[in-house]
Amino acid sequence: MPKLIIDSKEVSFEQGQTVLEAARENGIKIPHFCWHPKLSISGNCRICLVEIEKLPKLVISCSTLAAEGMIVHTRSEKVINARNAVMEFILINHPLDCPICDEAGECKLQDYAYKHGTGESRFVEEKNHKDKRVELGPHVMFDAERCISCSRCIRFCDEIAKEAQLTFIKRGDRVTIVTYPGQQLDNPYSMNVVDICPVGALTSRDFRFKARVWEMSSTASVCQGCSRGCNIDIWVRNNEILRLTPRKNEEVNSYWMCDHGRLNTFKFVNENRVGMPYIKSGGELIQSTWDAAVNKAASLLKTVNKDKTAFIGSASASCEDNYILMKFARSVIGTKNISYYKYIDENFGDDILRRSDVTPNSTGADLLGMNGYLNYSNLSDGINNGSIKAVYLMDDNIVDKDPSLEALFSKLDFLIVHSSNMTKTAGMADVLFPSAAFAEINGTLVNFNKRVQRLRPAVALKEADRSLDGMNVSRLDKFGTGYDRWAQGRKRDALSGWKIISMIAAQLNNKFKYDTAEDVFNEIVRSIPEFAGLDYELIGKNGSDLKVKIAQPTLKA
Amino acid sequence: MSVKKRAKDLTLLERIYIPEIIKGLALTLKTMFRPKYTMEYPEEKFVPPPSYRGRPVLVLDENNEERCVACGLCSRVCPSLAIDIQASETEREKERYPERFEINMLRCIFCGLCEEVCPEEAIVMSKDYEMAFSNRENAIFGKDKLLVPVSQLKDRIEFLRSYK
Repeated sequence: MPKLIIDSKEVSFEQGQTVLEAARENGIKIPHFCWHPKLSISGNCRICLVEIEKLPKLVISCSTLAAEGMIVHTRSEKVINARNAVMEFILINHPLDCPICDEAGECKLQDYAYKHGTGESRFVEEKNHKDKRVELGPHVMFDAERCISCSRCIRFCDEIAKEAQLTFIKRGDRVTIVTYPGQQLDNPYSMNVVDICPVGALTSRDFRFKARVWEMSSTASVCQGCSRGCNIDIWVRNNEILRLTPRKNEEVNSYWMCDHGRLNTFKFVNENRVGMPYIKSGGELIQSTWDAAVNKAASLLKTVNKDKTAFIGSASASCEDNYILMKFARSVIGTKNISYYKYIDENFGDDILRRSDVTPNSTGADLLGMNGYLNYSNLSDGINNGSIKAVYLMDDNIVDKDPSLEALFSKLDFLIVHSSNMTKTAGMADVLFPSAAFAEINGTLVNFNKRVQRLRPAVALKEADRSLDGMNVSRLDKFGTGYDRWAQGRKRDALSGWKIISMIAAQLNNKFKYDTAEDVFNEIVRSIPEFAGLDYELIGKNGSDLKVKIAQPTLKA
Repeated sequence: MSVKKRAKDLTLLERIYIPEIIKGLALTLKTMFRPKYTMEYPEEKFVPPPSYRGRPVLVLDENNEERCVACGLCSRVCPSLAIDIQASETEREKERYPERFEINMLRCIFCGLCEEVCPEEAIVMSKDYEMAFSNRENAIFGKDKLLVPVSQLKDRIEFLRSYK
């Protein structure tokens, strides 16, 4: 491999790499605004200037190809002076908005101003004024004054989202970003420009001013939007999810996620929750206790012939929950009527990230062996001809999907439902258990590409203790007491599906001995060959491929 | 066991005590004519100098608008985590305002760091030192109790400017 010397350290590189990439791979940090690993090189911010011996002037490292025997200096006096000068130029027209800017705390310009700025301004003239609140699209707000014209957002739309919607207009200090005439920034991936904007020029309209970044904790998890399973961080303050951001994983989603996943998959965790067990009496759901609901469910399950009871799992629930439901149906009740529903939306999928299978764990449910018996028509037929008299339904709002089931479900002897939210299906239940949402549990999901990925609890349930259970804590979580209003975020009374089912099993004299979701997963590993050799630690933050592979088109860089 | 000797053997004059009493009364008499340092609180109120750090308050501008932009720096710098802010958007030029601004006076230690860090001169230490609560809820001051017109805070703001 060819070698070059950066800051008197010899590093090897691959032919075709730039100086910046070679330095980055060897842990040498060169500041950059406009360069992004997944976007084309534009070379307009000039902050990555380095000195290369035998070249007459400083060069930008992001677009200079590394060559054998090159001697590069990234910290020489010349380079530092040039960097200071570039910072000074960028800051001339950058407003001192940090106190009211959402980017503050995760802002590249702020960081570099500390590291590479001189600390004071020689510019005494009035700063340039531009529009401060431009709605570029339904989800993105643009502050033209803060923009440093790096063009990352423009290149993102052109190259990754494949919809050219943004462009520069005007020149010099009047340059600004606009959408093309008659268009707006509304591609399905538009909010990624908020993440890649190195300053606070592009901000999320959904998250705008909700919290400062240092007030939140972030937890590595997986998006629920579709079977891609984009890696995400869940940002929580006071036990409430405030935003999701994509987390880099080259095997799954690179640096990106779609707007649907980012905006629509977490609000149900915050709102309209079931909150406690319910038992139906006199046609109304009455608030109850765990003990009473578990007893009721257990006694109901005894009343109906085992072959006339149908168990319906969920492609949105974790592998652990589905596995325990299956185990319960087979070994405790003794029926093979177990299935789940697939949700396919052909309009949703595209060739970037989004998949037409809009549930996060249908592959996992298939691998566990839940596929087969039921579909919408034969469930309906079964209820109509009396071969199904009772339904146990976990985490699936199927009445919303198929309204004809509403009439059919009222014919049943009983319906037991796990649900995180007060949905139509939940309202029809005879016994309703509050189940934990994806952001509240440990668990695993298998994406369309047979990659097992971990869910981690970001929101604390009533039974959970943030620090004792090893959840991520913010500064406020750490020091808040029961007397502080900012630490009294609601903890919901809900449980993971496998815990609820274990309680019912115990009532039916079958002890399931699991303490944690990890115990359940270890049993899956032992009993299902596809999962062999895995454990939570091995899956880690980036997930782990299952042995059985299906050929899939890879995500283009 | 031996008897401990006293540190000082008193003279005869000291032992008869009367001259010593007269000396003491003379000192008392002298003190009566010196200027007083105490005051008849609460009938008489102490007016602190501008350097005094009383309860932190939010400044209401001349045109009756709060200066605070809810940047959260005071909340971040507060060593005792007394300040809780929820920002929101406004149509005004400043874009942000505090939808909720609460100081827990049981947590506040009157250090003045919030005042020092504020980029808008929106939170200052007032001269108010009379705070007594009968329960924890009353000790949490919201915007209704915190907002004070700038006219009442002139000398503190001048004091701050002379040191910035």
